[in-house]
Amino acid sequence: METVANKNLIKGGEFLIKDVTPEEIFTPEEFTEEQRMLIQACKDFLEKEVYPKVEELDEAKDTSLMVSLLDKAGELGLLGAGVPEEYGGMGMDFNSTMLITEYLGAGHSFAVAFSAHTGIGTLPIQYYGNEEQKKKYLPKLASGEWKAAYCLTEPDSGSDANSGKTKATLSEDGKYYIINGQKMWITNGGFADVYIVFAKIDDDKNLSAFIVEKDFGGITMNPPEKKMGIKGSDTRQIFFNDCKVPVENLLSERENGFKIAVNILNIGRIKLAAAAIGASKAALSHAIRYANERKQFGRPISSFGAIKHKIAESAVKIFASEAATYRAGQNIEDAIKMYKEAGMSDSEAKLESLKQFAIECAMMKVHGSEVLDYVVDEAVQIYGGMGYSAESPVERAYRDARINRIFEGTNEINRLLTVDMILRRAMKGELDVMGPAMAVAKELMAIPDFGAEADTSLFAAELKAVKNFKKAILMVAGAAAQKLGKGLGEEQEIIMNVADMLIETYVTESVLLRVLKMAQKQGEEATALYQDLARVYLYDAVDVIQKAAREAITAFAEGDELRVMLLGLKRFTKLEPFNVKAARRRIADYLIEKNEYAF
Amino acid sequence: MKILVCITHVPDTTTKIKFTPDNKQLDKNGVQFVIGPYDDYALSRAIDLKNELGASVTILNVGTAETEPTIRKALALGADDAIRIDAEPTDSYFVAQQIAAVAKQNNYDLILMGRESIDFNGGVVHGIVGEMLGIPALSPVMKLDIEGNVAKMAREIEGGKEYLEAELPLVLGCQEPIAEWKIPNMRGIMSARTKPLQVLPPFAEDVLTETDSFELPPPRKECKLIDPDNVEELIDLLQNEAKVL
Repeated sequence: METVANKNLIKGGEFLIKDVTPEEIFTPEEFTEEQRMLIQACKDFLEKEVYPKVEELDEAKDTSLMVSLLDKAGELGLLGAGVPEEYGGMGMDFNSTMLITEYLGAGHSFAVAFSAHTGIGTLPIQYYGNEEQKKKYLPKLASGEWKAAYCLTEPDSGSDANSGKTKATLSEDGKYYIINGQKMWITNGGFADVYIVFAKIDDDKNLSAFIVEKDFGGITMNPPEKKMGIKGSDTRQIFFNDCKVPVENLLSERENGFKIAVNILNIGRIKLAAAAIGASKAALSHAIRYANERKQFGRPISSFGAIKHKIAESAVKIFASEAATYRAGQNIEDAIKMYKEAGMSDSEAKLESLKQFAIECAMMKVHGSEVLDYVVDEAVQIYGGMGYSAESPVERAYRDARINRIFEGTNEINRLLTVDMILRRAMKGELDVMGPAMAVAKELMAIPDFGAEADTSLFAAELKAVKNFKKAILMVAGAAAQKLGKGLGEEQEIIMNVADMLIETYVTESVLLRVLKMAQKQGEEATALYQDLARVYLYDAVDVIQKAAREAITAFAEGDELRVMLLGLKRFTKLEPFNVKAARRRIADYLIEKNEYAF
Repeated sequence: MKILVCITHVPDTTTKIKFTPDNKQLDKNGVQFVIGPYDDYALSRAIDLKNELGASVTILNVGTAETEPTIRKALALGADDAIRIDAEPTDSYFVAQQIAAVAKQNNYDLILMGRESIDFNGGVVHGIVGEMLGIPALSPVMKLDIEGNVAKMAREIEGGKEYLEAELPLVLGCQEPIAEWKIPNMRGIMSARTKPLQVLPPFAEDVLTETDSFELPPPRKECKLIDPDNVEELIDLLQNEAKVL
């Protein structure tokens, strides 16, 4: 920790109390030539191997097609991108693996199988395995020779993951753990060679994790689940009946399973955000092309303002989500490097960094999946009746998108976690929220600043608005915590409000900084359209923040206190008028000309 | 065996082409460039031959520094090294001169390229190179196998196919289905940056043609659909609007 402070590295959650400059964030415009080649390879893979078969995948009677696609991805090295070279992988940096996840994220059911294998399937061994376990399993998982699945959820244990009933008991000779129990919603369940299984040893309070090979015996499964979307992804209930797992296949230490599950999900969450961005871009591109082709009243429907609004609004959300996701991705990457320099092993450094940025991971999971749902919904709307037909690509995109708000921790759980983690860090003194919160309380009582010397440089006013959003959060969260104390935990509605404020603030700041950085490099004139994107996002966000804050304040305050805070909120969410309609038209016109999402 | 693959750096096939205001040049603003699709087939066959016979594959491109991402992509696909002739590929003769000069220095067994580039579609560079080197040039080659010192090929000709054999060295203009396009693997992408890319000044400066101006084809007219029962309207439109009857 000391080293982190010394190097002045940005910490997780710190965005709430710290002003960040464009130089301090990474933007997608800075991807290297190599990373751009990576993007193209992923796009080519989908075009050549996956898209021609999406329908067949959804209707497949067995898992052979999905397995063959994973094999092909393995041949290209896509499955081992994030695995260290000494275990047969490519040892790519974090944001490169994010890019792969993003661009394959448009691959419908394949994307889910890919993410389950490379993420929750492979990472527990990569991060928590001992040398023997890593040597034995990682090369096979990196090449795709073996496929992996992750068995955490049970019929009675979903969001409350640590309450699972699956048991592991040591055999009499002490050589095996005998696992008994039932797991459900297991992605890749039907064809996996290796299962990461969470179970409680004897009467332990906490889960332990095990590496279970399909041939250990005692594993049976139900036929694939029938689902709303991602129908080609093989999802099963799996039963463990006296499954004999050698003791050396215990992953990490006894009772460490819940920690493993939580930390692996951190990565899963930010990767899910990346995948959602990829799927959003693809869905919006379909919608733009259709809007250009479809004619009504003698003109392409893309020429109508109502449709332009949908196109622009979708693009604005995607662009902003991308800005925040890769900003966090690079923060994680930088932290990994720093921890490694401080002497940590590769796995320790990665885990520590992801823990550090768990708040951002949770926020982006929520944001990415909700942007995707917005985009696919509007894509279906742009397609009109055709969008409701199973023959249109957006119908599948619409159904496939919905799971993203549910898995890797529901968005509700992730909102709760976001606020919970910030409050915990504040209590522990890791995040100095108290000082800034006191300053805000003081400001509430002071005469308002009328902005006598307004800074007119690009985005000065907008970034000041973001600074005020942060004050609004500190005001609301501070007062709620003070007023409700431990009772806040039962006031989930208020926590959701605060989470929404946090997410919108983080994303708004990210998109403003992204565009500011672009403007610094390319000039203000050349980035006018991008400034539109960022401003429209800001104006959308302020409404969300205002509403969330008002609901929260009125839920716990009354009388003078309520009035003071509402006045404060008004001050903290004040923006100069901006013609968002005209800006949206400029954005839409550009994309209509390009005939695809092109930012 | 030494193979030289000549690649062009051309606008992506979905690009909406625009010209500079004087209509003398392509407006490159916002255009994404790719390896010429026919060149990509040639490259894919070369990589397959490398895997089958252990050939070495060198990439050659005539272009300014902006073509380097395209060259790196070819290296990522499995080529061993690359040469860039630092000049605008002004016309076919100019490009052929550069290729021939490089070939004379290095004794390649095979010089492969696309049947034509997809920007100016000259389709003559392979022929000129063959002439300059005094070796056979064939195009469009759709199948290529090497047995010892002999290339066995299939070529598309009017109304059918021609099967032929020729001794190496050869210059070939390639087209599908000579090989399947490849996707670079992750290792290829990561090693592309470290593979040698030699930049050479042009060998000769002779340009034989000059572009007066470019012109876009007229936009395609809208298609009218007429009910099959409504023959009268069809006749009327053909007579009075299309004026073909």
